[in-house]
Amino acid sequence: MFAHEFFRNALLAGTFVALACGAVGYFVVLRAQVFAGDALSHVAFTGALAAAAAGLDTRIGLFGATIALALVLGVLGPRAGADDVTIGIVFAWILGLGVFFLAVFSAGSSGGNGLLGARALFGSIFGLGSSEARLAAIVGALILVAVVAIARPLLFATLDPLVAAARGVPVRALGIGFLVLVGATAAEATQAVGALLLLGLLAAPAGAAQRLTSRPYLALALSTAFAVAAMWIGLALSYAVAALPPSTAIIATATAIYLLAFGLTVRPPRVRTSEAAN
Amino acid sequence: MLAGTGLSPDLVSDFKALTAYPFMVNAFEAGTIVAVMAGVIGWFMVLRRQTFAGHTLSLMAFPGASAALLLGLSAAAGFFVFSTAAALVIGAAVGRSRSNRGQESAVTGSVQAFGLACGFLFLSLYSGVLANYETLLFGSFLGITTSQVRVLALVAVVALAALAFAGRPLLFASVDEGVARARGVPATALGLGFLVLLGLAVAETAQITGALLVFALLVAPPASAQLITPRIGLSIALSALIGVLITWVGLALAYFYGDPVGFYITTLAFACYVIARVARALRDRAGGRGPVLLGTRAAEGPA
Repeated sequence: MFAHEFFRNALLAGTFVALACGAVGYFVVLRAQVFAGDALSHVAFTGALAAAAAGLDTRIGLFGATIALALVLGVLGPRAGADDVTIGIVFAWILGLGVFFLAVFSAGSSGGNGLLGARALFGSIFGLGSSEARLAAIVGALILVAVVAIARPLLFATLDPLVAAARGVPVRALGIGFLVLVGATAAEATQAVGALLLLGLLAAPAGAAQRLTSRPYLALALSTAFAVAAMWIGLALSYAVAALPPSTAIIATATAIYLLAFGLTVRPPRVRTSEAAN
Repeated sequence: MLAGTGLSPDLVSDFKALTAYPFMVNAFEAGTIVAVMAGVIGWFMVLRRQTFAGHTLSLMAFPGASAALLLGLSAAAGFFVFSTAAALVIGAAVGRSRSNRGQESAVTGSVQAFGLACGFLFLSLYSGVLANYETLLFGSFLGITTSQVRVLALVAVVALAALAFAGRPLLFASVDEGVARARGVPATALGLGFLVLLGLAVAETAQITGALLVFALLVAPPASAQLITPRIGLSIALSALIGVLITWVGLALAYFYGDPVGFYITTLAFACYVIARVARALRDRAGGRGPVLLGTRAAEGPA
């Protein structure tokens, strides 16, 4: 299966997408911002279609839309963690805009619009070209580096924002910066698993890791490892079973990992604050 | 797209044009039922801060409809089955531990992604004849039949009756879960029951606005109503009223200008919320902070 170029491309891009999703996802779950991640991922759809309607590269629309919304959510929300209602209303409207762009785009070109819509929503990792895959890998690596770089202060700011602020950690700026990272991850992962499914890669590995261990850095590493494992197993599964779309296989594997962790630990351990603070 | 006649200044002839076709009458009836139900159940959802769960349940319309298609059942049946199943899974997994928001949202997110992944699988097994999956996700007001309207009405009546029955304890448990438990209110069971009701509501709403745009009717009207008045009964009624108005205007706009109805409804809902928010801020500035509905002040940030 490694003989095929499309599979090698998918593996390269997928691995780095999973690395970014697993690392970012850990903090998303820890900060209880899965809904914000969800909104950002769905907005990627609007971005992709807006770019298509305007005749630009899809990736410009993807990154533009998600990062813009991340800034809006970060600035609007109290303590840079926008509340549910604001998120829900803002992103319902932005999805409505996506429908509008879909209509505009469909009117402009007769064929292929369904295909583009489906690609944006559900991803097409086996359809990536080698240059696209390389770019996705670079972006994924950058996101991973950024997360690791801000991991310590972000952990502190997440677990005890008041003490962190008193110690001079820029809590609000970190919150906004982190949402921007989530936005970039969403845009990045949309190419691999699609705007509707990437939430599985953000939430499931991180949720599993946090169930299994209470040590922050170990959980971060585990979450990343689970995401990569889900990606690899999913890709292999969908290669072996032709009827199984890769996105479905990846998300199903991630969910299975979460279920397993859920079954192993009925009571989740609390995160130890001492380890983060010293 | 439809009539070819644009909106004219003559409102009476506009109204006649709108009601000239039976499918439009059906759309208005269905839209009204859905808006009332979404307004009332959404009000509790916003109060309980369960918008993420609501969104997840609404997306279950997609696997539901594609599974129904694969098995040759009606899409509505698929909607209801998948929404209810997801509500039960989320409710059971979260259980008593609503305090751990991180795990709660992780469970919800995983359920959502898995459901959608299943939907995508069903769709690809169906070998791609479902070209109009956008309708499923983004809604359509065309082709609503009279029997569909009847099913919608029946489900709405049952759900609203259940809510009327459990409304008081649910309100208690939503506002102060600890005290409610101490007083013997079965908060866990109520929470689970409410999620199932929410599943029904979103499965209904999804048939008009599409799975992705349910929020326009489920969140924006209640959130606006809760900003406008602190009185509970009035707030719920206002929420339903705003929802109905948004739906009517959205349907009329879609009829005359022929673009996706979901776009109009979400835009109107968004505008409505922005107006309510701005009006609230102005009023607060003019005369100090007015009365706020229980629990909503916390959402506006640390005082």
